[in-house]
Amino acid sequence: MSQVHVTAKINGDTTEYLCEPDETLLDVLRNRLGLTGAKEGCGTGDCGACSVTLDGRLVCSCLVLGAEANGREVRTIEGMAHGETLHPLQRKFLEHAALQCGICTPGFLVAAKALLDKNPDPSETEIRYWLAGNLCRCTGYDKIVRAVQDAAAEMRKG
Amino acid sequence: MRYEAPGSIESAVALLAQEKGRAYVLAGGTDLLVRLRGGYIEPDLVVDVKRIESMRKIVPEAGGFRIGAAVPAAELGEHPAVKKLWPGVVEAVELIGSKQVQGRATMVGNLCNASPAADSVPAMVAAGAVATVVGPNGKRNLPVEEISTSPGKTTLAKGEIVESILLAARPPHSGDAYLRFIPRTEMDIAVVGAGVNITLDDKGVCKAARVALGAVAERVLLVGPAADALIGTKLDEAALDKLAAAASAACRPIDDKRGTKEFRIKVAGVLARRAATIALERARKS
Amino acid sequence: MPLDTKTPIPTSFRVVGTRPLRPDGIDKVTGRARFGADMWAPGMLVGRILRSPHAHARIRKIDISKAQALEGVKAVVTRADFKAQDGDLADILDNVMAGKKALYDGHAVAAVAAVSAAVARKALSLIEVDYEILPHVTDVDEAMKPGAPLLHDGMITAGVEPAPTKPSNVTRRHEFGHGDVEKGFKKADIVVEREFKTEATHQGYIEPHACLATLSPDGVAELWVCTQGHFMVRAVCAGLLGIDISKLRVTASEIGGGFGGKTTVFIEPVALALSRKANRPVKIVMSRDEVFRATGPTSSASMRVKIGVTKDGRITAADGEFRYQGGAYAGSPVEFGAMSAFACYDLENVRAVGYDVVCNRPKQAAYRAPGAPISAFAVESVIDELAKKLGMDAIDFRIKNAAKPGTKSSYGPTYGEIGLITTLEEAKKHPHWKAPVKPGQARSMACGFWFNFGGQTCVSLNINVDGTCTLAVGTPDIGGSRASMSLMAAEELGIPYESVRAIVADTSSLGYNDVTDGSRTTFATGMATIFAARDAIKKLCGRAAQIWGIPEDAVVWEKGYARPSGANAGSFEPLSLADIAKSSGNTGGPIAGHTEYNAEGAGVSFATHIVDAEVDKETGRTTITRYTVLQDAGKAVHPSYVEGQFQGGAVQGIGWALNEEYIYGKDGRLQNAGFLDYRIPVASDLPMIDTKIIEIPNKGHPYGVRGVGETSIVPPLAAIANAVSAAAGVRLTQLPMSPPKVLKAIEEGARKGH
Repeated sequence: MSQVHVTAKINGDTTEYLCEPDETLLDVLRNRLGLTGAKEGCGTGDCGACSVTLDGRLVCSCLVLGAEANGREVRTIEGMAHGETLHPLQRKFLEHAALQCGICTPGFLVAAKALLDKNPDPSETEIRYWLAGNLCRCTGYDKIVRAVQDAAAEMRKG
Repeated sequence: MRYEAPGSIESAVALLAQEKGRAYVLAGGTDLLVRLRGGYIEPDLVVDVKRIESMRKIVPEAGGFRIGAAVPAAELGEHPAVKKLWPGVVEAVELIGSKQVQGRATMVGNLCNASPAADSVPAMVAAGAVATVVGPNGKRNLPVEEISTSPGKTTLAKGEIVESILLAARPPHSGDAYLRFIPRTEMDIAVVGAGVNITLDDKGVCKAARVALGAVAERVLLVGPAADALIGTKLDEAALDKLAAAASAACRPIDDKRGTKEFRIKVAGVLARRAATIALERARKS
Repeated sequence: MPLDTKTPIPTSFRVVGTRPLRPDGIDKVTGRARFGADMWAPGMLVGRILRSPHAHARIRKIDISKAQALEGVKAVVTRADFKAQDGDLADILDNVMAGKKALYDGHAVAAVAAVSAAVARKALSLIEVDYEILPHVTDVDEAMKPGAPLLHDGMITAGVEPAPTKPSNVTRRHEFGHGDVEKGFKKADIVVEREFKTEATHQGYIEPHACLATLSPDGVAELWVCTQGHFMVRAVCAGLLGIDISKLRVTASEIGGGFGGKTTVFIEPVALALSRKANRPVKIVMSRDEVFRATGPTSSASMRVKIGVTKDGRITAADGEFRYQGGAYAGSPVEFGAMSAFACYDLENVRAVGYDVVCNRPKQAAYRAPGAPISAFAVESVIDELAKKLGMDAIDFRIKNAAKPGTKSSYGPTYGEIGLITTLEEAKKHPHWKAPVKPGQARSMACGFWFNFGGQTCVSLNINVDGTCTLAVGTPDIGGSRASMSLMAAEELGIPYESVRAIVADTSSLGYNDVTDGSRTTFATGMATIFAARDAIKKLCGRAAQIWGIPEDAVVWEKGYARPSGANAGSFEPLSLADIAKSSGNTGGPIAGHTEYNAEGAGVSFATHIVDAEVDKETGRTTITRYTVLQDAGKAVHPSYVEGQFQGGAVQGIGWALNEEYIYGKDGRLQNAGFLDYRIPVASDLPMIDTKIIEIPNKGHPYGVRGVGETSIVPPLAAIANAVSAAAGVRLTQLPMSPPKVLKAIEEGARKGH
């Protein structure tokens, strides 16, 4: 099995790596690039903890081959804050105590950002259905939904 | 395992046809990667079709739409014209997995994975969708219900790829709908799925109908007697009762971790009836 | 230091009870926080475990020669690579690595360390295990029958007089209660008796178990691991590997959920054994499939509950039999289940009998209020039915019979200050209970109880020269406890919350601490933190006395300042903590406070939950449309995280009630070892979860704190069963109330003419 050479834009930076043809993008991010913010909760696309965007589209990085990212743009939780400034979603998650253990948090933030990029004023139901692919076992989702609502409201004000 | 991402369908077909080992097509990958990582399959070759331009497009064709095999569910859901013409099919595609999965999963992948519980398939079957298959011996078209024969098995020959699906133009007063039963609101595999597609005449009498059921047999079923129960009626209570009975009668399910036989048989009738009611509503408005 | 009962519980606080941002927050929203699988070491190998595909099999022989010969394989271990054990560690070792028999589908039988995951996977396939397949049993009632396949040849039921002569799968019988239930039932006008069953559920934490181990030939070892108790991991691993406790340093990573499931070891001793053999660091990360098959779900159970009441609604007797299977080894939580079953009620005659049963399933681990939700489901269902039969409001009936301060509990002790009746009264006043029930829906409620634990605790609080302080605790922070500890330290010292940095110290940097379990951390570590702060304050006052040249007892600490006090103290400007810290180098060196403590007086807690549910009568599907939790927190140190515990527990209970279950095939293999078919609630399944924090101070804690983490999972099973039963028009007695089960019950009810 010979390795595949990939050039991808990751969080805005052109990045080259070699990976096995059957290696997932999640494994590449975590094991080869040191970007361990995306978590593996299931490896089967059922928990959303590994959420990233691929060419702007929300995906589970455990269900993408590392080789598929060639020439594409990947964004992860590590690219969400701008320098010292947290993204409003990151700030609102903290203010609302929308995390307890925090393992699902990167996936929720990436998924919630993808939602607000597409729909700046989602209803509670839209938020809940959009985030149905992200499992959280600690919070019961209440504070997560409120944090997303509050961040959306703040972002709409500009 | 080799990974190839050819730029044309011809080279994809050639790669698959020439491979002596186990070869798989990678579209969205949401089923293939699960099987690969779970150790259920050990491919020698994976052919990624997402770099083939023609397979990434939704193209209008004779009043309908041709949907490329590599178009992800999310993209289909964002296409207002397809949604308007075939709301039931688009809704069914948008039920596949999470938003994350929809960013990758494709309608053709859902079809070729050949699960009897695939959400988009009963809707496509009810819609009379036609698959265009390309292989070493050229192109052929066949109704989607003829693709899968049993779990994981298709009628595709070695080297053949489904290139696209045609969702045809439709007469006025037509409507379709798909409903599935799952224990949660999201993230489950259908325990039962029901797709209904009808066309009414000017007086509101059903003149054509197709009813398809998922997860109640070894493959998705096109249920003729269920459609017959609707044709010639205004989908009144009696017709809907007959539809439900015919749908339940057509089921030959198994007991498994997702549901019992008796549950699936009962709920198939319930869902067929509810889907028909939605399809009727849509047909009246179109 | 014993609890200082002379200092009254404050009635107002400066920072405790506020909602500051958590100290680990930015790391967790930026992806920087390092969890179990996020660590790396030079030369690290990948460890993988081979697991039994059989529910019950004798291991005749394991041939590892082919695996060992594979290029890239650096170590292969089997049971022979661990130190033989007797006593407490024997079952733990046998669960970590099977000996003579594999006792469940997923039981570890061998492990490899290799240069890559691919090589490790290949190596596992080359290990040849010769199994003799034995008959198996996974159902608790089946396992108790005479003639059932026996898991352990010599298991004689304990707690039975005279002792049985034949072995069985019943490892122990427990009995709790007082009075005479037979007499009590004779006084009853109405008696309800029912049988119940529940399926096993998993804690379902999103982070699979993971660790990185290094064990050198000289016995010096390092372990990075996601766990609820790194001191426990150290003790058990040192025992299983036969190394000194002092040589094993365990660092607790950030932990991605536990709920009791990370209070024991599974992979850690294996990683250490592999590392010792390879003489290289070894990382093991479980797959989700392994988490379901081979960690510690909770019990499945079968129960009978009988309660009698007089016409005016007073309970005369309560009797229950609780049969819990706890997996392949002794130790189901049936003892807690039986103890807590009737704990909400003031009963003259009560008896709870528990049977602890082994089955061919993974050894259960604690799951949030272990055992209590199961028995509460049965008891609160019968209570609901009695209220209906009496024509009484469900809350009024409970208030009439509720345990109160001074009640002799069903498990022995007499209650102190408790808040059950307050939660019931608040529930009755709550807008949710008063709102009209929507058409097609039903409303119900249930109560729950949990003991809460204290336990061994040790903390260090170091005062820094800039007036800040560092607090080292030994209980992993599973849901924001560093914020709570910082709040309590800041409160006591009189400094800003931001001036305290709480860390979870490794096992070599702090004295022994019990596991983060039993809702003990905010209570016990919090109490130890307060005491450590008081110890530091004593020293700060001493330094001030030294600076002023007055006796130590002439200095008091008030609102963050040392002040002279008393007739002969003299007049000096108060000194702040920062002032004293700054000059500490000249007044005797560093200043620190310590506590070493075995905390008692945890203070039991009670909750009342209200739920609205809708049942689709054609499909049996339930939707939870409204949910409210009312619980006594003693004192909510950080209310946001208290609410979070209420909400999270309620939602885990919703999952347990409706769709979560371990499904076994006839072959004894687990059929749904993944998040696709083990269905935990997703965001779209739920409404907002309303909360009401009730504060009845616990006299066992200087600030009145009670544990809050576990009680919230106790009422939901019954509350939802009561609501679903009302909505469906038929009593549901089996969990989960999955759609096929509910539909079947509705149809059977219709046939019987309900």
